[in-house]
Amino acid sequence: MTRAVNAVLRRDLRIETRTPQVVPGMALFAVSAFVVFHFALQQRSVEGNLAAGVLWVTLLLAAVLGIARQFVADREEGGFEGFLLAPVDRTALLVAKAASLFLFLVALEIVAVPAFLVMLLGPSPVEFWRLLLALLLADLGIAFVGTLVGALAVQSRARDLLVPLLALPLLIPLLIGAVKLSAPVFGGPAAAARWPWVLALYDLVFGLVAYAVFDFLLED
Amino acid sequence: MGDAPAIELAGLVRRYGERTALDDVSVALPAGATLVVFGPNGAGKSTLLRVLATLLRPQGGTAHVLGEALPRDAWKVRGRIGLLGHEPLLHRDLSARENLRFHARLHGVAFERIDALLEQVGLRLRADEPIRELSRGMVQRVAACRTVLHEPDVLLLDEPTANLDPAAADALEPLVGRTSGRTRVVTSHDPARGLAEADVVLGLRGGRAELSGSATEAEVRELYR
Amino acid sequence: MYGTRLRAFSLATLVTLTGGFALAAFYAPEDADQGFMQKILYLHVPLAIVALCGFVFGAVCAIQHLRTGESRWDLRSYVAIHMSLIFGAGVLVTGSIWARASWGHWWVWDEPTLVSFLIVFLLYATYQPLRFSIEDRDKQARYASVFAITAGAFVPLNFLAVRLAQSYTHPRVFATTDGGLEPRMKVAFYACLLGMALLYATLWKYEMASKNTSAQIKALRRRLAGDEVPAPRRSAAPTLESA
Repeated sequence: MTRAVNAVLRRDLRIETRTPQVVPGMALFAVSAFVVFHFALQQRSVEGNLAAGVLWVTLLLAAVLGIARQFVADREEGGFEGFLLAPVDRTALLVAKAASLFLFLVALEIVAVPAFLVMLLGPSPVEFWRLLLALLLADLGIAFVGTLVGALAVQSRARDLLVPLLALPLLIPLLIGAVKLSAPVFGGPAAAARWPWVLALYDLVFGLVAYAVFDFLLED
Repeated sequence: MGDAPAIELAGLVRRYGERTALDDVSVALPAGATLVVFGPNGAGKSTLLRVLATLLRPQGGTAHVLGEALPRDAWKVRGRIGLLGHEPLLHRDLSARENLRFHARLHGVAFERIDALLEQVGLRLRADEPIRELSRGMVQRVAACRTVLHEPDVLLLDEPTANLDPAAADALEPLVGRTSGRTRVVTSHDPARGLAEADVVLGLRGGRAELSGSATEAEVRELYR
Repeated sequence: MYGTRLRAFSLATLVTLTGGFALAAFYAPEDADQGFMQKILYLHVPLAIVALCGFVFGAVCAIQHLRTGESRWDLRSYVAIHMSLIFGAGVLVTGSIWARASWGHWWVWDEPTLVSFLIVFLLYATYQPLRFSIEDRDKQARYASVFAITAGAFVPLNFLAVRLAQSYTHPRVFATTDGGLEPRMKVAFYACLLGMALLYATLWKYEMASKNTSAQIKALRRRLAGDEVPAPRRSAAPTLESA
């Protein structure tokens, strides 16, 4: 199993470093979105709940871009079949794809969060660890849900429509948790202690669901 | 192992939605022998190969590969089958070596074998260029390396030498040809050449087996009428 | 098989539902604050409860479909989700009417159950487009089942998160249906709930029977005509494997 996860993960990372598409695309989108928000909200800076909202909406929409791209290369370049012909546990594909999506999201955030702090945030951030925790838990949840949605959509003819339509409602609870947890960082109201647990619960549930159903998406 | 046939199909059925792609197909192939499958486009040749490759599940009848029943024990034979279909299953932005390493990791094969195979098909010097920059013949050679990388017992070949120049076709021969000594299932559109290398013949039309066992060249041509 | 007892079910539904509505309209007392319009809750809450149970039922059928591979479970799941979606639209409409009557706006974010319902509705609205966009029938059924299970797991998480997110102090009106109801209100409410559940079950049976019958007709037609039946149009509805 680890052998297979290793193989797929290394291949995906190598493809992305060789011809970078997903990460630059997401990062560029995020920065553009911040510009759009500046003009749309007609504000020089944001703080509190508004700041958390702007950041997380942007991250979420950028993530949707990444989700849509995940399996496209596999479908077009025969990566699926190469994997399906191998004597490996098929869940390894789920783990590998979720891991690569997670890493891509981290790469996105390394660009997007500083950009946000510089471009739009008014007050200086406090209790920064809250934001890091929220990012970690959210990335995990997006990785699971995103891989599931990506695999569901890749077989359909309306792929680029379906991914946002499926992913956004599914990610709303995650968005709620992330915003609540990180709002104090930007000067917003204090977060109740339960929010990290809500996020963790979300990650657990969808991790389990993805693990349980993923095989059925691959078989024929 | 013994006298058990390497491949045994009895009444195999496979549908695509409403259409029946394979309808009551039966054939037996002894180990080490070559089965050649003829038939016009859409007759079910590629579907048959994909069922044997465990990519598609049989929906009726029985299928046994290397003694194991599909789909129940498909996982047992997966590592012992090599498929060379229309798609090379290679990522175009990666090099031949990187692609083969991916498959080697998946199958648990040592990397030294990659170099040996690339040498055998004469591509060792171009092993680090992206697949995108290789000609079709070269890509097919790399795909053949991928197919035999894990030393499978059964080879499934979908028109392996179609559109290849003679040099490339010859390069494929020791890997996937008769001289490889492996059990093979090959689809072909060339009655003369196909029959020359066939131990067992299967002629499909509309999903049904019109020829089974052996056939004359005239009978094969009749299939395409 | 599904056509049995349709008449009995229809009758029971008609009786219970009209009885429930009559009770709600005339027998149950008016709410002191909200007046007569509060009675739309007798429609709104049962619709919501039944729709949610329908989604869960759809997920359970989907699990069975994946486990057994039998297409009739896929059909059951499809019909259940389809019906729950229609009931869900009813929930949103009645919820909006109630919001207008209670707070003067056609939509409010204060009521977490209503908001959660909107999110669930948006998710399940993609079910049929998803099915329609996958052409291969078997794959369509399998992927639909995966979706139904994922969405089914999502529903409770969603309600939890939205509930926790709103921390408003005004009383949640749905709470009044749990404990603080007068006995006359309770009677009317449970009658409506039962009627709504029966309505769902009856409509479900009708749709199952209709789909079964058309599948059988198609199979007979195919047998009579040989293979010259024209290729079917692409559709989102599952087909049953003919015998």
